[in-house]
Amino acid sequence: MSSRLSGAFRTRGGPLIVTCIVAGDPSFEESIRISRELIAAGADIIEIVMPFSDPVADGPIIQQAGSRALAAGMNTDLLFDLVREVRRETAIPLLIMTYANIVVRRGIPRFYRDAADAGADGVVVADVPLEEADPFCTAARMAGIDPILFVSQTTSPERMERILAKAGGFVYLVAALGVTGMRDDLSPQAIDLLRRVKQKTTLPVVPGFGISTPEHVRQYADAGADGVIVGSALIRMIGDRGTPMAEQGQGMGDLVRAMKRSAGRG
Amino acid sequence: MSRFGEYGGQFVPESLMYALDELDAAYRTIVPSEEFREEMGYYLSEYAGRPTPLTFCRNMSADLGCKVYLKREDLLHSGAHKLNNALGQALLTQFMGKRRIIAETGAGQHGVASAIAGAALGLSVEVYMGEEDMQRQALNVARMEMLGATVIPVHSGSRTLKDAINEALRDWVANVQDTHYLIGSVVGPHPFPSLVRDFQTVIGQEIREQVMAKEGRLPDVMVACVGGGSNAIGMFSPFLDDPVELFGAEAGGEGLAGRHGATLCGGTPGVLHGSYTYLIQDAFGQVLESHSISAGLDYPGVGPEHSFLCDEKRVTYQAVTDTEAVDSFLYLSRTEGIIPALESAHAVALARRIARDREKEDILIINLSGRGDKDVAQVAALIKEGP
Repeated sequence: MSSRLSGAFRTRGGPLIVTCIVAGDPSFEESIRISRELIAAGADIIEIVMPFSDPVADGPIIQQAGSRALAAGMNTDLLFDLVREVRRETAIPLLIMTYANIVVRRGIPRFYRDAADAGADGVVVADVPLEEADPFCTAARMAGIDPILFVSQTTSPERMERILAKAGGFVYLVAALGVTGMRDDLSPQAIDLLRRVKQKTTLPVVPGFGISTPEHVRQYADAGADGVIVGSALIRMIGDRGTPMAEQGQGMGDLVRAMKRSAGRG
Repeated sequence: MSRFGEYGGQFVPESLMYALDELDAAYRTIVPSEEFREEMGYYLSEYAGRPTPLTFCRNMSADLGCKVYLKREDLLHSGAHKLNNALGQALLTQFMGKRRIIAETGAGQHGVASAIAGAALGLSVEVYMGEEDMQRQALNVARMEMLGATVIPVHSGSRTLKDAINEALRDWVANVQDTHYLIGSVVGPHPFPSLVRDFQTVIGQEIREQVMAKEGRLPDVMVACVGGGSNAIGMFSPFLDDPVELFGAEAGGEGLAGRHGATLCGGTPGVLHGSYTYLIQDAFGQVLESHSISAGLDYPGVGPEHSFLCDEKRVTYQAVTDTEAVDSFLYLSRTEGIIPALESAHAVALARRIARDREKEDILIINLSGRGDKDVAQVAALIKEGP
């Protein structure tokens, strides 16, 4: 495991808050400023989403953020520039999340080398399941990057064992069937899945998808999650900036601080 | 086998693997079973109207200087080859014990075919269709609704077929347990490209019997249009090991230097909709909007088996522009009294190009994958506008 990731998960006392931004939404400079805001609020890990034209795993909030970023000129070269800029300001782990074609188009080994050179610690590829994972995991390990894999409620026990044998960094637990996006309630199946995965692996287990409120964080903390991934709930605030919605609501930093308190780490 | 050479695969979110594994098992066990084949035979012959004729075209043959035949998928119930696959997958859905079908559609032909199959087999049908395509193909939207299907407009991305597939995949991830995604072409993750090919292979199998009965030998050349490529694969599959020249007509749009949908002629390999295959994309892997006058060919990807056949040089793919397609739409209408779908008009245009170098006795077969009623208003408006 990358030393930064393993180090972060070793400092326990409640789940880590993994905060997501979409690279280049609404601009390269704003992404840096938003990262600073998240770091200042106590984000434990930042996941930088490289947008793709056809994001089938994402709901409307992240789709629209991706469209804004691509329209503003975001591309893979700039992604690594952005990671490098953020790395200059912080020692917390940085993840890159994207889709297979972004990696394949650059060349799989080159993508992971560039990610490592820029200072990323892990890479998550939304549409690479176990069946397609080998070239991605191999390139990741060669570059010293953790290949982060998914388990879902529809993953069979036999399949889960094979995924856990290949995964690095932490296990990304898909906490809701369907796409990314805010949800009102946690599914009891996700809590049950979390307990089952924890029994099978020594890797940290981190749920994502639909985690929107401090209350959700508290429930996952109680169930033993090692971290929680907060995407749409934060990314939505960027889209809302400059609208009346943003005036009344809390800021990104407020949400991160509230979630840290719920995680017992405030 | 989930790959054609290096192409194909299963690039989908982990949550979907459950559904793909289940479908793969059904593809391997249910589809070959006698019970399934009997039911399928009933629907194809009694209901859909198979076999479709292989028509010898006297006027075109005289004009082009070789023996020209049309495989008449335009005469299939629903007016296009899409029904072969829709009936197959709808029946498979029933055998798998699922009750809900989702589908994507571009031109609306696959949506209509899915709505028909759903009505015939008692399954609920929801069809994702790009907003722009709904305007271009309003007649088919009305047909789907009359058949009891729900049409869901897609507002994301380019609001065409590509985005309708994205939306259908998102629905499927959320509802994997009770829903089957009835994909309309030989695209998507394994096993779809093989499953859809197998349901469309009836086209090529019939051609083989029909041409042997009429001519006593195999054809020299066959031509089909390629968007995702299901009518082409269905036609080509039974002839891949024979000395038959195979040609695929891609959507050249405004020409390869401008906006087009000719993925194999003008694209590069990458991953879209679960498959590694040729794509129209930029240097960073962002998939670009395709363009074609025909909604059914307006797709920036292509079935992975076509990518393989293209690299192997077993099939020759050429681009046909919008202008050439409209010209051949009118040519076939006036020469033979058959109005082709704009998609199929691309195949007619390529056949006319190829026929130039042929001998009088050469046999050329065109897959007339659909009829043109849906395109009449669009072409009429173009003619009125003038060149």
